[in-house]
Amino acid sequence: MKALHELTVAQIQQQLIEKKFSSREITEHYLNRIDTLNSDYNCYITVDANGALTAADKADQAIAAGSRAPLLGVPIAHKDIFCTKGVATTCGSRMLANFVSPYDATVVSKMKVAGTVMLGKTNMDEFAMGSSNETSFFGPVKNPWDVETVPGGSSGGSAAAVAAQLAPAATGTDTGGSIRQPAALCGITGIKPTYGRVSRYGMIAFASSLDQAGPMTKTAEDAAILLNSMSGLDHKDSTSLDTTVPNFTATLDDSLAGLKIGIPKEYFDQRLDTAMADAVQVALAELEKLGAKLVDIELPNSALSVPAYYVIAPAEASSNLSRFDGVRYGYRCEDPEDLEDLYTRTRSEGFGDEVKRRILVGTYALSAGYYDAYYRKAQQIRRLIKEDFVRAFEQVDIIAGPTAPSTAFKFGAKTADPVAMYLEDIYTIAVNLAGLPAMSLPAGQLENMPIGMQLVGNYFAEQKLLNVAHQFQLATQWHTSTPTSLKG
Amino acid sequence: MSINPEQVANTAKLAKLKINADEASEVAERITAILDLVDQMQAVDTEQVEPMANALDAVQRLRIDQANPNEDAQARRAAFQTIAPVTDQGLYLVPKVID
Repeated sequence: MKALHELTVAQIQQQLIEKKFSSREITEHYLNRIDTLNSDYNCYITVDANGALTAADKADQAIAAGSRAPLLGVPIAHKDIFCTKGVATTCGSRMLANFVSPYDATVVSKMKVAGTVMLGKTNMDEFAMGSSNETSFFGPVKNPWDVETVPGGSSGGSAAAVAAQLAPAATGTDTGGSIRQPAALCGITGIKPTYGRVSRYGMIAFASSLDQAGPMTKTAEDAAILLNSMSGLDHKDSTSLDTTVPNFTATLDDSLAGLKIGIPKEYFDQRLDTAMADAVQVALAELEKLGAKLVDIELPNSALSVPAYYVIAPAEASSNLSRFDGVRYGYRCEDPEDLEDLYTRTRSEGFGDEVKRRILVGTYALSAGYYDAYYRKAQQIRRLIKEDFVRAFEQVDIIAGPTAPSTAFKFGAKTADPVAMYLEDIYTIAVNLAGLPAMSLPAGQLENMPIGMQLVGNYFAEQKLLNVAHQFQLATQWHTSTPTSLKG
Repeated sequence: MSINPEQVANTAKLAKLKINADEASEVAERITAILDLVDQMQAVDTEQVEPMANALDAVQRLRIDQANPNEDAQARRAAFQTIAPVTDQGLYLVPKVID
């Protein structure tokens, strides 16, 4: 019999209803594991044991009373970017180290309504700015597959928590790859939905035109289950989509026969490690065996996605992060001399180096005389990138390739060179600029480290992505592989 | 395009950030590396391309500006004030601005 922490969300749901165990039992089991193992990986910034046990007891009563809320009694973790009423929300920053939100993010309240039990809040790069989790004020998360390597970022705490079986599933956010890249590096499944599918309300803003929340799970089936509860129109988010939310689990079993998968030649160029390229090709061959056809496609402007992103994201961040001024909430410097000193010292002491760097780049790009050369230009490139995808989707149903250029790298390997770190997201960023849905799923290993395959879908095609990923997972075992350190 | 330590200092002032003199040249160097990356965009002719802010060309939905009768405004105000660094009688306090 599987240990409780080995179960998927789908299995937990089923066994809770069958009364094989109670929500309190599985919640206590996870809290004990976190207590013992979190110090090895630093996945959690805050653990809410009391809140979790209260919620678990409430779920057990509801189950006994016959309630069948979709995730009733299932423990999960939230990335510490989502506001949680009464529980600290730090966004990985000194600026918000003491911040307790007076309200819940829509994702958090929807997950509560669905019956989930929140174990705690997961570590992340400061304000979601990073691809390695090394910018967190609370120290880096360690990759459970090799604790000398990074878990990816920015949702590295969520990815490592699922990989280390310290949560069966977690929420994440993805502005340039922050769900998909850590999912790839930690050997788990993660989906970034179409922009607007999941509400951004109460999700601390980084780059508002790119930010999107999604689930990080062991399987595509679990991702579909969580996404069902996370999605939907929210009047508190003015960019939330007013469109029908399909049942993402209903089409998981569809056949892949005749599915056309586009392989962008730009994603397999000289920048991709040969062993990585070979491993992804093996995974693609698996999809062919399931009836899919591989079609060569071109995304000619994809190389411009990183440059355009590093104007748009910092520009929006510089505007969004102007709210942190030491007046209404969060960190405030000691003994400010005057208002200017209050603002400047609060921000200089409260933000870390990478956040300051991005605020400076964004402020510079938006400053008088540079707007056309930078921001307007980037928004034009953004349209070209979207048009590449629109053309591609006239030929194919989904697009596939690697999620990241390499497996997890060592701590410190890219910290001295911000541009090297930015190129970590070379395959993921274009998707955010175009607002498309995309996911990463475990698709092989290199030297015992997981690699991720990225699937990109057309607008609103999350069902198709989850269907393909689920079929792949029925045919392969990569998603069930766990770090050796957990087997001891 | 390169950015010099003086431009970094001016930008920092706009962003209400303080960059210490001993860090200025390193910050300038790193930001220059980012701007060099960004400058790859300049090689593309975008003369005829309409800038894109939202991929679905959606416009921001507006709601009616009205108070929520179900909400206890006093309690909400109190909740927001509790998390502020310094308040007094419902006001957020900052250092004196006018003598």
